[in-house]
Amino acid sequence: MNTEKPVLIKRLWVVSFSLMLVLLTAMFLGLSLGSSQSGMKAVIQNLLGIGPHDPMLDTIIWKIRFPRILLATLVGGTLSLGGLVFQALLKNPLAEPYILGISGGSAIGAIIGILIGFAKFPGVSLTAFSGSIGTLLLILVMSSGQTILKKDALLLSGVMVNAFCGAVIMFLLSLTQDARLHNIIFWLMGDLSMVDMLQVGILAAMLLPCFFLVFWFSNSMNLLLMGKEMAQTMGVNVKAVTVTLLVATSFMVSATVSYCGLVGFVGLVVPHLLRLLFGPDHRVLVPACVLGGGAYLVFCDVLARALPEQGEMPAGVITAMIGAPLFIYLLKRTRR
Amino acid sequence: MAIDVKNLNYYYGDIPALKDLSFSVTKGDFFIIIGPNGSGKTTLMKVMAGILKPKNGRLKILNRTLENYTRKDLAQTMAFVPQMMRVDFPFSVIEVVLMGRSPYLGMLGVEQEKDLKIAEQALTFTGVEHLAHRKLDQLSGGEQQRVFIARAICQEPEIILLDEPTASLDLAHQTRLMDLMEKLKKEKGITVVMVSHDVNLAAMYCDRLLLLNQGEMMCLGHPDEVLTFQTLEAAYGCTLLVDESPLGNFPRITPVPHKYLDHLQKI
Repeated sequence: MNTEKPVLIKRLWVVSFSLMLVLLTAMFLGLSLGSSQSGMKAVIQNLLGIGPHDPMLDTIIWKIRFPRILLATLVGGTLSLGGLVFQALLKNPLAEPYILGISGGSAIGAIIGILIGFAKFPGVSLTAFSGSIGTLLLILVMSSGQTILKKDALLLSGVMVNAFCGAVIMFLLSLTQDARLHNIIFWLMGDLSMVDMLQVGILAAMLLPCFFLVFWFSNSMNLLLMGKEMAQTMGVNVKAVTVTLLVATSFMVSATVSYCGLVGFVGLVVPHLLRLLFGPDHRVLVPACVLGGGAYLVFCDVLARALPEQGEMPAGVITAMIGAPLFIYLLKRTRR
Repeated sequence: MAIDVKNLNYYYGDIPALKDLSFSVTKGDFFIIIGPNGSGKTTLMKVMAGILKPKNGRLKILNRTLENYTRKDLAQTMAFVPQMMRVDFPFSVIEVVLMGRSPYLGMLGVEQEKDLKIAEQALTFTGVEHLAHRKLDQLSGGEQQRVFIARAICQEPEIILLDEPTASLDLAHQTRLMDLMEKLKKEKGITVVMVSHDVNLAAMYCDRLLLLNQGEMMCLGHPDEVLTFQTLEAAYGCTLLVDESPLGNFPRITPVPHKYLDHLQKI
C-alpha cells in the first residue's frame, strides 16, 4: 500500500512534519524568553508539570506569552499565505500584501474603526476589511490596463498606494489628541503584545477556514502560473478561483491587521525561502507557508522581545529590517 | 467533424474582430489558419478554445455545442498551446507536463503512478524526456515549446489548438516542431489546428488552409487553392512570387522586396 502512495502525499507529510518541528521549537523559545528572568529550566519544569510550582510563572507563561505566540503563529502564517497567493495570482514573485498596499488600506480602515470607537471584533475587523478591498480594487484597476501590466509598474503602483495610505494614516493620527494615540502608533507598527486567549480564538475562527479554502485551490494556483488561457483550457474556472482567492486573502490580511497592525515583508521572505527549499508546487507551499510563516514571526517576535535592554519593540520592526534588504536583493536579481 | 463553426461573430467592444465565419475542420486533419497581422487569427483560436465567448453563432466540438461541455469535459477533449510566454516560477519539466493530467484528477490534482507514466510517455513522444528534471526557465525556446506540447498531449485530447508555435524558433526547430505535429496527427490521430504566420511551412504540412483577412474568411481549401498569388497579394497587400516548390507538389511563396521588382518582370 505504502509504495503506491502518490509522491505528493508523501512530500506533504515530510514538509509539514519538519516545519511543525520548527514551529514547535519557535513556540518553545517564545514561551521561555522574555523580560522576566525566570530561566529556561523553570519554564521546562512548568510545561512538564514538575518541580516547584510558581503561580507567577504560570500567569506569565499561559496568560501573557502563550496567547502572544499563538497570535504570532496565526499572523505569520496568514501573511506568508497572503504573499504566496498574491505572487501566484499576479504572477509576480515580488508581490506581497504589505508591498502592494493591501495592509496599508486595512490599517486606514482599522484606524477609522478605532476612532469611531468600535470593538476589535466585529467592528474594527469589518472596517479594516473594507479598507483592504478598497485598495485591492484600486490595484487591480491600475494594473488591468494593457500598458501597465508590467512587473515594475505593479510594484510602483503599490509604493504609491502605500505612500498615500501612510499620508491618510498620519492625517487621521494628527486628528487624534487623546491617550489612544500612543496605543495606535504602537499597534500600527506590528505589536503582538495586546491580546488574550478569547481574541486569539476569534481570530483563529476567522482565519482557519480561509487557510483550508486556499489549500483547496492550491492546484488551481499551479495551473494559473502557466497563464490564464492555459489554465482555463485545463479546466480551471479562472474568474471564480481568482476572485475567491483575492477576497479570501484580503479578508485574512485585514483580520490580522486589525489585531496587530502592519507587519511587513513576512509574505515576501517566507514564501521565497520555502520555494527555495521545497520547489514551486502550491499544494506543498500552502501548508508550508502556514507553518513556516508562523514559526518565522514567532522567531521575529522573540528577537523583538530579547534585543532591547529595557521593554520591547514591535515585531514589525524586525520583519521590516530583515525583509526590506531581501526585497531589494530580489528586485536586483529579477531585473536581468 | 472535429470543429464546426457557423455564422460566428466576435466583437471587442463595438469593433468586429470576426465577421460571420462558417467553416469546419475534419477529424484527423492538420488544419492551419493564416492571415495578415490583425486579421483575427488569435481571436478565432481563443473562441475555438472556449476562452472568448462569441456574441452569436454556433460552435460545435465533435458534434456537440460548446455550451454542452463542462470545463473538465472540454479539457479532456481539446488542449490549447498559447503563444510563447515566460514562466518566472521554477517548475520542473515533469511538474509542468503533469499539470496536463488535472482535467482527469480531483481538485488537488493528486497524481497517481498511471499519470506519471502518461506524462513520461508524452515527454518521450516530443523528444524531451532527457529534460524531465530540469527547470523550465533554464530551457531554450524550442525546448520549452516541446514541453508545453507534451503537457497538451498529457490531456489526451482529440484536438490540439496551437497559436503560432513556430514563432521565435530557428529554422531547424521550426521544421522539427512541424514534423512533431505531423507525427501527432499520424500516430495518435489527433486533429491539429494551428495559427501560423509562415505560409511556406503551412504549404508543406497542412491538409487544409483557412485564410483570414480583416476578420473575414477569404479562402478555404487545399494549399494549392488558397496559396495563389492573387489571393495572397489581395490579403497581404504586397508583391509575392508563387511557384512550385522544388521539393514536391506544393506552392512556394517568396515575398518580393522593392529592389527586386524589376527582376520579377523579367521572369
